Amino acid sequence: MRFEVLNRNTTQDFRLRTTDFIKMSNGNMNLTLKVWRQKNAQTAGKFVNYKAEGISPDMSFLEMLDVVNEGLIHKGEDPIHFDHDCREGICGMCSLYINGHPHGPKRAITTCQLHMRTFHDGETVTIEPWRAGPFPVIKDLAVDRSAFDRIQQAGGYVSVNTGGVPDANEIAIPKVIADEAFNSATCIGCGACVAACKNASAMLFVSAKIKQFSLLPQGQPERYRRVQSMVAQMDAEGFGSCTNTGACEAECPKEIKLTNIAGMNLDYFSAKLFRQEELHEQGHGEG
Amino acid sequence: MSEFKETFNSSLGKKLIMALTGLFLCTFLIVHVGGNLLLFKHDDGFAFNVYANFLTHFPPIEVIAYLLYLSILVHTLYAIVLTVKNRKARPVGYAVTSSDNAKWQSRNMGLLGSILFLFIVIHMSDFWYNYKYTDNVPYKEYRTDLSSGITQSVEFVPTSPKFENSVTTENNFEIVRVKDLHERVKGSFSNVWYVIFYVLAMLAISFHLRHGFQSAFRTLGWVHKKYTPVVQFVGTWLFAVIIPLSFALMPIVYFFTRN
Repeated sequence: MRFEVLNRNTTQDFRLRTTDFIKMSNGNMNLTLKVWRQKNAQTAGKFVNYKAEGISPDMSFLEMLDVVNEGLIHKGEDPIHFDHDCREGICGMCSLYINGHPHGPKRAITTCQLHMRTFHDGETVTIEPWRAGPFPVIKDLAVDRSAFDRIQQAGGYVSVNTGGVPDANEIAIPKVIADEAFNSATCIGCGACVAACKNASAMLFVSAKIKQFSLLPQGQPERYRRVQSMVAQMDAEGFGSCTNTGACEAECPKEIKLTNIAGMNLDYFSAKLFRQEELHEQGHGEG
Repeated sequence: MSEFKETFNSSLGKKLIMALTGLFLCTFLIVHVGGNLLLFKHDDGFAFNVYANFLTHFPPIEVIAYLLYLSILVHTLYAIVLTVKNRKARPVGYAVTSSDNAKWQSRNMGLLGSILFLFIVIHMSDFWYNYKYTDNVPYKEYRTDLSSGITQSVEFVPTSPKFENSVTTENNFEIVRVKDLHERVKGSFSNVWYVIFYVLAMLAISFHLRHGFQSAFRTLGWVHKKYTPVVQFVGTWLFAVIIPLSFALMPIVYFFTRN
């Protein structure tokens, strides 16, 4: 199918494409990796250069690191530590700040979905951990993102009564609202927004976790208390403030929209300035 | 922590203060550019000087003026506080950073704001301070023949040091005596370095407001499919093009038409 399409183009285009295929089938990329190595949060880290040789362009970035680590283990060296789990772009565990971009230079993908064909043979690739005070380095490229868990615990939930199972679609929700809420809910909490933001602000993450509920009927009972609790926790963790640069939106693997932040602001100011019955202080049971 | 403190000390509360003071300063710019367009009138500064006199002697405007000075200081102070906090949120920086995920002006609001603060200090000490608190601005007398409508201007030296302004009618002549700020404007705008500094500052305000105006509305939480494009349009064309360009033309025109 692909050849059919290409054949209709000029012969020159076809030749270019053929050489690409040859290059891919040979799988002979050699790269230099400039990797941040840090023993733990207490010790200072530094960059160490590694050779990644014979890398297939079809490998994912994490598989390439696996290959490098195998070599390191064979040599008796400490392998490079990095976070990963599902390797299919939905768990939010992988991170890595690659050549100045969280999850690498391609848009709307996680590091595990980044393929080595994005890079060219002989390239030097700089790999850094997420850099933020509230994300201390655990080791090398793995950072502690439990600040996000604490923000979630502060209010990122809905209360559900026990009892009989309600009918599906018992509560009418318009399609546009369901879609919007779902868009916010696709946030995987990877922290790329914090990594990309020049202020290390977590507002894209926090606002998505707020808006996924605030749009829906099920999210209404805790709506105004949720936004206050989560923002208070976000501030307590030491994240920076949003300056609406839009870098988070551009780098988010799930394309969470900047408009979530405006929605969070509106709910927060509404709660703080106009809804005295919802005030954070007046004891709603959160501890 | 009191509720009031919790609200305005939170990251969102500080942003709210930045947005509100910023938008207030934007509205002031509209008035400022409107009044200053009188500089383009060929009347030896008659209209401009009367306008400057009105601004400094009409009590409601003086009240708003102090609110304005306060806004400038609060906007600057909160910008510093937020910048320090934002820097602290990333104690170890990146070795490689990219610049293609956000517009230049949005990443450099602090730099642009610092240029603007320096400009405001120089601008206000040159005109506002000298006008209000020193005798460095001379007086001028405008004599309008009420039958023909022709105005002539002459130098005027007040006899009393407490003299501020006067409007009298003598022998079918209306005589207006006011401080000649226009003369000081001409003096400042004949210095090429001053003109360059002013034009650069207006370039800074253009970029600052290109991001700042629409960003303030986002901070206030007002994003709407229908109205956000209007905000973007006004932020771009009025605040980032028309206003800075009008201001920048003032020193340029005065410099090239000086005697």
